[in-house]
Amino acid sequence: MDHVLELHNVSKRYPNHTAVDDVTLRVPKGAFFSLVGPSGCGKTTTLRMVAGFDQPTAGELLLNGQRIEHLRPYERNVSTVFQNYALFPHLSARENIEFGLRRRNAPDLATPVNKVLDLLHLTGKESRFPHQMSGGEKQRVALARSLVLEPELLLLDEPLSALDPQLRKRVRVELKALQRSVGITFLMVTHDQEEALSLSDRIAVMNKGKVEQVGTPQEIYHKPATRFVAGFLGHINWIGDAGVRPESTYIASEPRNGIARSRPAVIRHAMYYGNCFHVEAEIDPGITAISEVPTDEHRYSTGQQVHVWWHIDDEIRLP
Amino acid sequence: MNRLRFWCLAPATTLLAVLFLVPILIIAAYSLLSRGPYGGVMPPWTLENYTRLADPLYLSILWRTSLYSLAATAVCLLAGFPLAWFISRSGPRKSLFLALVIVPFWTSFLVRTYAWMFLLRDTGLINSTLQSLGLIHQPLPLLYTPFAVIVGLVYGYLPFMILPIYATLEKLDPSLLEASADLGARPITTMFQIVIPLARPGMLAGGVLVFISCLGAYLTPDLLGGGKTIMIGNLVQNQFTAARDWPFGAALSLLLMAVVMAMLMPVLRREKDGLL
Repeated sequence: MDHVLELHNVSKRYPNHTAVDDVTLRVPKGAFFSLVGPSGCGKTTTLRMVAGFDQPTAGELLLNGQRIEHLRPYERNVSTVFQNYALFPHLSARENIEFGLRRRNAPDLATPVNKVLDLLHLTGKESRFPHQMSGGEKQRVALARSLVLEPELLLLDEPLSALDPQLRKRVRVELKALQRSVGITFLMVTHDQEEALSLSDRIAVMNKGKVEQVGTPQEIYHKPATRFVAGFLGHINWIGDAGVRPESTYIASEPRNGIARSRPAVIRHAMYYGNCFHVEAEIDPGITAISEVPTDEHRYSTGQQVHVWWHIDDEIRLP
Repeated sequence: MNRLRFWCLAPATTLLAVLFLVPILIIAAYSLLSRGPYGGVMPPWTLENYTRLADPLYLSILWRTSLYSLAATAVCLLAGFPLAWFISRSGPRKSLFLALVIVPFWTSFLVRTYAWMFLLRDTGLINSTLQSLGLIHQPLPLLYTPFAVIVGLVYGYLPFMILPIYATLEKLDPSLLEASADLGARPITTMFQIVIPLARPGMLAGGVLVFISCLGAYLTPDLLGGGKTIMIGNLVQNQFTAARDWPFGAALSLLLMAVVMAMLMPVLRREKDGLL
């Protein structure tokens, strides 16, 4: 497979701590690749090293097979969409989008700018200044400003975090469609596991400066390599050595046998999520399991004696 | 709440009214009276003090004052901007550098101007160093020249340029600089396309502060210009002291105010319409 970006044993060490610790990653051409992890896990530092804002203290960065560690940000054919968008406040939407083309002495500004304005539904808004734009418009101008340069790799730093929750879901769909239509490789940093699962072709889960697992969203969710990965993406019930997702955990009044395992438990409480309840049952002191119960099947009360059961096939077992 | 507003505004308003508005009204009244024999003013009311302002001698002093002030402001801007930029980028040592900019204010302006006389005179540090190095044989005429006056003005008012520019650069979002580099701009392009346009409010504020201060300067041209290159401030001072012509001095002061207003209005109006 062709890789746009390769990181070989990349580290970023400071005198008192290590932000990125011996990270090796390969980003396939045309992919929507996400770096996901809790804050401080090194995902943003990794992105900044690819952009050229930070220098790795060890390791190699390759863009289309060429070493880039020594290149300044303005010498790399990658472009960044910043978390706060970083639009130039004294320039209009059109001038913001033209900025990179002008730096490349592009002979024709109007054709590519109009094309990208159209692509991002910004036609008619090109003369607005950043302080006159909504959050969604700012984000689209930031995307347009980078995409107009047709970079080999687009870096997105928490691109949806500055939007309000309702807009975020809609923009997520648009972002995925946009990536498909332009065919540019996206490397996104996010701490939002739902965002990573729904947008990405591949995900790298990071923790404490290290990559814990790389894989497709399904692999990451159903075959987590570590306890950290299993717990970071979605909830997981640990019952002995077996991990079970809440949607595979059932509650019944009688024990189940055969292909299922079951344990007696006591209902502790239930949380309503609109489409379902998350019912928490205590199996042993300190061991609880959450079961996702459809709204119309929830008939449990606190203190009730029940049996928690799951299919053996749904168990997640870690080496 | 209104009561609170009143008591918050009262001290400053009273001070301004008593110490600023009243003296201006007195000056305005003086400028319309005739000169008394030993200073002071006396009737009758007259406009003569204003018609005398049209004298080419006074107009040339006004012209020179504007020219020197403009030159000093330009030098302050060219020297102050890079320094303000440097300070705003110097991380934890920022406050130390800022303090160093302000340190000269701890000493009397008069003393500092005398120090410049010692530096610039024929037997001063600059000339004697250059001579001992064999670079010159005759002392350079430095003191009592327009050069000395402009050096003195720049020295005196440079902090007024640095501080407002520093304030705007300090607020500049670092991700804008990264975004500019990310989009392919070299540092010099980022400076001219992003930093300088966004620092404009600070540059304007600094420019206005320095320019106005220079227009009214009288100590610097007096000491470093040696009375040969007098500015309008010296002329005003002279009318109230040696010349004992208070009404004309008052008219000159008001002319200076009018010039300042006339030069500031376009700047302020443009800023109001401007983006930032």
